[in-house]
Amino acid sequence: MKKKVYIYKGFERFWHWSQAILVIFLAFTGFEVHGSYKFFGYENATVYHQIAAYSYIVLVIFTIFWHFTTGEWRQYIPTWKNFKAQINYYLFGIFKNAPHPTKKTVLTKLNPLQKLTYLGLKLLVIPVMATTGLLYMFYRYPQSHRIESINIDSLHTIALIHTIGAFLIIAFLIAHLYLITTGSTVTSNLKAMLTGYEDIESDEKEDNKVEEIKEEIN
Amino acid sequence: MGKYFLILAFLGIELAVVLNVLVPNQDNAKDLDLLKAKYSKEEKQPADHSKFAALNKHFDRPEDVTLACISCHNERDKQIMATNHWTWEKTEYMKGKGIVNFGKINAINNFCVSIKGNEGSCVKCHAGFGLGKPEFSLNDSAKVDCLICHDNSETYMKGQDMNGFPDPTVDLTKVAQNVGKPERSNCGVCHFYGGGGNNVKHGDLEEALFEPNKELDVHMAVDQVNMQCVDCHKTIDHKIKGNLYSVSSMDLNRLTCDECHSATPHKEDILNEHTLKVACQTCHIPTYAKANATKLEWDWSTAGRLRNGEPYEIDDKDGNHTYLSIKGSFKWGKNLQPDYAWFNGTANHYLMGEVVKDTTQPVQINTLYGSYSDVNSKITPIKIHKGNQPYDPINRILITPKLYADKKGEGALWMDFDWQKSAEVGMKETGLPYSGKVGFIKTEAYCPLNHMVAPKEKSVSCTECHTNSNSRLANLKDFYMPARDRSPFIEDFGLAFIALAFGGSLVHGGARIISKSKTNKKG
Ligand code: HEM
Repeated sequence: MKKKVYIYKGFERFWHWSQAILVIFLAFTGFEVHGSYKFFGYENATVYHQIAAYSYIVLVIFTIFWHFTTGEWRQYIPTWKNFKAQINYYLFGIFKNAPHPTKKTVLTKLNPLQKLTYLGLKLLVIPVMATTGLLYMFYRYPQSHRIESINIDSLHTIALIHTIGAFLIIAFLIAHLYLITTGSTVTSNLKAMLTGYEDIESDEKEDNKVEEIKEEIN
Repeated sequence: MGKYFLILAFLGIELAVVLNVLVPNQDNAKDLDLLKAKYSKEEKQPADHSKFAALNKHFDRPEDVTLACISCHNERDKQIMATNHWTWEKTEYMKGKGIVNFGKINAINNFCVSIKGNEGSCVKCHAGFGLGKPEFSLNDSAKVDCLICHDNSETYMKGQDMNGFPDPTVDLTKVAQNVGKPERSNCGVCHFYGGGGNNVKHGDLEEALFEPNKELDVHMAVDQVNMQCVDCHKTIDHKIKGNLYSVSSMDLNRLTCDECHSATPHKEDILNEHTLKVACQTCHIPTYAKANATKLEWDWSTAGRLRNGEPYEIDDKDGNHTYLSIKGSFKWGKNLQPDYAWFNGTANHYLMGEVVKDTTQPVQINTLYGSYSDVNSKITPIKIHKGNQPYDPINRILITPKLYADKKGEGALWMDFDWQKSAEVGMKETGLPYSGKVGFIKTEAYCPLNHMVAPKEKSVSCTECHTNSNSRLANLKDFYMPARDRSPFIEDFGLAFIALAFGGSLVHGGARIISKSKTNKKG
């Protein structure tokens, strides 16, 4: 039986959509800085990129806090369970109307492939982008020996890593936008992230667990 | 409740970030207004020199004017005699050469090459009378020329080929009674004509700066602050601030824009961050030789040709000489985009008699030191002057030709048009060995550009450097610059990856649509 479930909480949706806007804006201004096209004007692009970058870092700090206080970080613990099944589903099952191998529930919002991808973004790509980005902003100071412990001779490596990350993020965004349509219906994932509610197959065991946790928190 | 608090706190911090970055620093604009006010003030002459008894007489000799000056301004003569306006040399350290006495007096350049032996003509711009004559002494106070710098009557001038003595038509009494602080015209009569004609040498110093407008130079513009040379080239005990790197080697006494404007004069942080690596001049002198052309190439090898036994000249449509029998052929340029170099304020110089090691490359008349990794270096705009000049291919040294003499038969090129004799006499007068063979060799000289600062709307814009096509800084390859530099590998890999994500989504999505319509049909 399908049941309307509150799956994405208020801050989670706020964080998701702010992140979406900021990252798309960062990519757009970043590639103007990179020289790929002209839109805002070079100086504006750098300034906007910096504002968005600081904003994004603030958002990331709040989000880390949220993940730990709510325990939501557990959603991203990688697992091999259903890993192959999920790959098979995307390669074959999806064309035959086969059921999703991972059932979406409040406690398991992510399938094993998503878990791994998002964990990679959170632990690798975003921290690397933020670190290289901050070094990009402040490399001048170690360069002029104002910070004794770091001495960066050139922006070269920093900028190239930042650029690789930017390409990866854009590729991710495209794939992500497409994969949104692979929920139980084409728009169910999108609607859920907008409203917080999604119709999902109810599972008695899981429901009880959620109730238990709710009581514990209250 | 909790989530609203989180979101509100987040938005609050966001606002702080945005405001902090976007609100410009207004102090800088105020600083500029204060500077303008400070330098716009007319200075009143403290004394009326026409009332001094010592100056109320007829002067036969310019030396007598000097003696009259120092009868009140005692010790000033000693100050002048300690400066390189007088000595034409200074003691400097040059990498690989140690401590050298070097200056106009013994330098070799790729314009008129060398002063030695040609004093009669060249010392018109010496702040003294008679340099090069046997009776001249660098210790004789009476030989100091006070008037060339302090004449405010605009009537004083040095005579042509008179070893620095004034033109006989000058009314010395009138000039002596009208002295004051040096003005642009005082400095300009020598410094605008370096290399033997207007704007020949520097490209950013020329007679249009006598009465410039704002487009030409924001500092000196007569309808703006109307600054005089000495407003920036501040002087203590007659020692003037500023270095010219055709005759300077050390980062001493250098004049920088920071002294008035500070190192962070912009409202925008992103621009202030540039000043660590980029000299102000790089963005604020987008073009030079804006009013009149400057000389870019000088080929001595064609000098000496005669028509019907007479020397001749060819001019371009603007009146610039493109050929002179006495000097050879020239290339000129106007409204030029500078070249750029890393420069840390130290330089090296070809010294008279130095053996040329590598004859396949142009001889470097001077070398400006600097690199990206050197913390004292900044990207600096320069003019490069190329020469093809007399050279002894056997001894491998640059020749100092005898150019000027007041009559024929002394070996002077400008009289006799004979390279052989000119080289022989010239080398003898400088005391250098000469093999008897005159050849020519390519040379290059580098001159940092500092004047003709453009209105700020005309400054170099970001994408003139930050671009991968025709960047102004395309030749400075020792550092990474956003938008100019990229790794082709990462670019290809990145675009391929994006294409893969896009193509993959299209194919997968297409397949889903097709398979769905099939299952629908079946059902
Ligand atoms: C998370 C924090 C980030 C920070 C602190 C940051 C910071 C910076 C900085 C300082 C620059 C140099 C431009 C300038 O000086 O203003 C830059 C360049 C760039 N950024 Fe970011 N950025 C971040 C995230 C991103 C993201 C998420 C993307 C794209 C998805 C991105 C794409 C780019 C690109 C393409 C460049 C040009 C690189 C080059 O050509 O050298 N940045 N970033």
